[in-house]
Amino acid sequence: MKRLTQHMLFWPAIALALLLVASSLFNPSFLALTWRDGHLYGSVVDILNRAAPLMVVSLGMTLVIAVRGLDISVGAVVAISAAVVALMIGGSFSATGTVQSAHPLWVALTTALAVAAACGLWNGLLVVKAGMQPIVATLILMVAGRGIAQLLTGGQIITVYYPPFFALGNGYLIGLPVALWIAGSLWLALHLVMSRTALGLFVRSIGGNPEAARVAGVRSAAITLCVYTFCGLAAGVAGLIVSSNVKSADANNAGQLLELDAILAVTLGGTALTGGRFTLAGTVIGALIIQTLTSMIYSLGVPPEVNLVVKATLVFAVMLLQSAEFRQLVARAARGSTT
Amino acid sequence: MNDPAIVLRARDISRAFPGVQALSGAELTLRAGEVHALMGQNGAGKSTLIKILTGVYAPDAGSIELLGNAVTPRSPIHAQELGISAVHQESHLLPNLSVAENICAGKYPRRPWTRGGGIDWRETGRRAAELLASLGINLDVAQLAGPLPAALQQLATVARAVSTDARVLILDEPTSSLDADEVQALFALIRRLRDKGVAILFVTHFLDQVYEICDRMTILRNGKFVGEYACAKLDTHGLVAAMVGRELAATTRSTATEPADGNAATPPVLAARNLSRRGQLKPMDVELKRGEVLGLAGLLGSGRTELARLLFALDKRDTGDISIDGKPAKLDHPADALQLGLGFCPEDRKHSGIIADLSVRENIALALQARMGLTKFLTVAEQRQIAGKLVAALGIKTSSIETPIGQLSGGNQQKAIIARWLATHPRVLILDEPTRGIDIAAKQELMNEILDLARGGTAVLFISAEIDEVVRVSDRILVLRDRNKAGELPRGADENAVYELIAASHKA
Repeated sequence: MKRLTQHMLFWPAIALALLLVASSLFNPSFLALTWRDGHLYGSVVDILNRAAPLMVVSLGMTLVIAVRGLDISVGAVVAISAAVVALMIGGSFSATGTVQSAHPLWVALTTALAVAAACGLWNGLLVVKAGMQPIVATLILMVAGRGIAQLLTGGQIITVYYPPFFALGNGYLIGLPVALWIAGSLWLALHLVMSRTALGLFVRSIGGNPEAARVAGVRSAAITLCVYTFCGLAAGVAGLIVSSNVKSADANNAGQLLELDAILAVTLGGTALTGGRFTLAGTVIGALIIQTLTSMIYSLGVPPEVNLVVKATLVFAVMLLQSAEFRQLVARAARGSTT
Repeated sequence: MNDPAIVLRARDISRAFPGVQALSGAELTLRAGEVHALMGQNGAGKSTLIKILTGVYAPDAGSIELLGNAVTPRSPIHAQELGISAVHQESHLLPNLSVAENICAGKYPRRPWTRGGGIDWRETGRRAAELLASLGINLDVAQLAGPLPAALQQLATVARAVSTDARVLILDEPTSSLDADEVQALFALIRRLRDKGVAILFVTHFLDQVYEICDRMTILRNGKFVGEYACAKLDTHGLVAAMVGRELAATTRSTATEPADGNAATPPVLAARNLSRRGQLKPMDVELKRGEVLGLAGLLGSGRTELARLLFALDKRDTGDISIDGKPAKLDHPADALQLGLGFCPEDRKHSGIIADLSVRENIALALQARMGLTKFLTVAEQRQIAGKLVAALGIKTSSIETPIGQLSGGNQQKAIIARWLATHPRVLILDEPTRGIDIAAKQELMNEILDLARGGTAVLFISAEIDEVVRVSDRILVLRDRNKAGELPRGADENAVYELIAASHKA
């Protein structure tokens, strides 16, 4: 039992379970799943689907935080990636009434991802080579990135009419949303890379004690650079999902404040913000907690003007539940009242 | 001889920390218009004594008298109010404030309420300028402190320290980051303050500076008072002997192994030519042969650690070519050094050795894995096997190899870091103060381990502040002084010879 409660994922999982239970109390059909038109329907599937972009971004953020960094530009990179893919696909009605894309779909997707990865590389260079504080280095792209996205779209919302692209954010594969498959395979791939190669050990060493890792011959600079690049790439993937889901690119609002949700998801999942200790599965749970909260608030019919206050209160409660100090305090108080 | 007026007298000061008796029965007497040196090796209790005088720590026992009255400094500010000011190693000016604001910080002159109250900035500038002028420091008080050279900041810090009418001024390693000219400027200021009747306590590891500026010295060893001497009456030999606690006449028998087969034709495993870095090491040549233990002796600040760091590419060298087995080697990053078969156990275990959160197994596997690169992965089972074997071989005491290394005792952490490098089967192993802070038994085991390594063909560079250890394990001893090579001694040289080289510049 003690081993179970000390597991890194124990409290995040409890928090998620409690939220799910609470949701099903308010809405008895919450946990119901039905099979219709060849795929699963239900609130839970909906949450998983909607949480996918946040999961993807948060996975990249987890690694950045694990090497003692931070990337607050991910929201802007989501907007850039969405803008690039929407522009490249374009889409116009041909005379026959079918929709053509301006560039082949795979070219558009690859270009958007390459641009996103370049954004991450830029952040990494500022941190590793120029020695900037991560929060400052990525602040630059956070501000400039949204400007770049607006420049690309000309300040307009660009609508995409090319149906094959919609599969990313709206399609289903073997009964489950494609976006969920993307997030799931990204998690699995990262998990394998971290546990089956030395990268996990190196990342934890750099986060745990950068100087000691350097003395032990770990190429910390190169690894940190890769981690930032990957974080940019992950934000790019999220941008594709988001723009596919809404069938458009909105440079003003795509990925707005996503960086904060991502940091929150990483923290809720149990990764130490001081670097070193990280958990990818925890981050996935953290992203699910946030999305469950959001969905719960909507289904409760909370008026929009108090939405944020309610969300903050719930986040606060979840954080308290996960704080070892707070739990000790409660335990001590409980013991005091019984004696 | 007329004894100048005694300003401060600390008697029988003791202070213990968990597991260490930092000071027991220390004595210190400071006199008006004198510069007094406080000498001792690392861990002798100098810092503790200073912290007691400035109110950072309370002594467990003992008394402090200032101008004949018993005082008990409760905090650095309280000590300052009593008249005891201190300047520490790194200057503590606030970089974003002007020199004047820094000097008057905490005691800004106020405007009368008739003029609106608040701080009188004009008066602040005037007072600061006046203070600097009275000390003969030529410095514009309106400029920001941050961009000033270290030396000027140091002068301003000293000025700030004495601006509170200090009767006692404590200078803790004030010269460690200054070059020769800057040291002279600081000394000029110290002499001026001395002539004004301030009692000055000067702490440094540079022996030549002690003899240049100080009148008397107090020597501590292992927290105990060794004695107070007039500088003119104790030469460097006597000083070094008193610091390390060994009569120069006593010799230790070398227990070093037979020298590894000295085939002159085989090139040295590691050779550095003309290795230097500005402000850290003057150009020097170093060679290490297969199976040899090269001892590196010298006082702190002599360039011991600096040399080791340059060899492992932890710092960038200004000049110098390094060759491995006679072939020029590219060595610009610790990762290069690792690939070339070098290993390095750093002096500061906590800061640059262990990764506290990781397990003993992961800490041991780290360097080997770093050399194998990302793609070739040591499985957890392989890591367990390697770590388990080394833990047993070195007698590392840990409840399990999965225990976070931060929970181990210092000596066991040190052994685990050595195990990290043994796992890579290094051809050259650099050990910087591997025996610091570990108990006698562990030290003995470690020394045996080093000799075993050398027998196995590894070239070992052994750095220690404890000369007897260096003499015991080394086949050859390189003595450094003032960041320069002072000389080289063959196997079997006794401690006297080492001390003589260390002290050579101050033969009385």
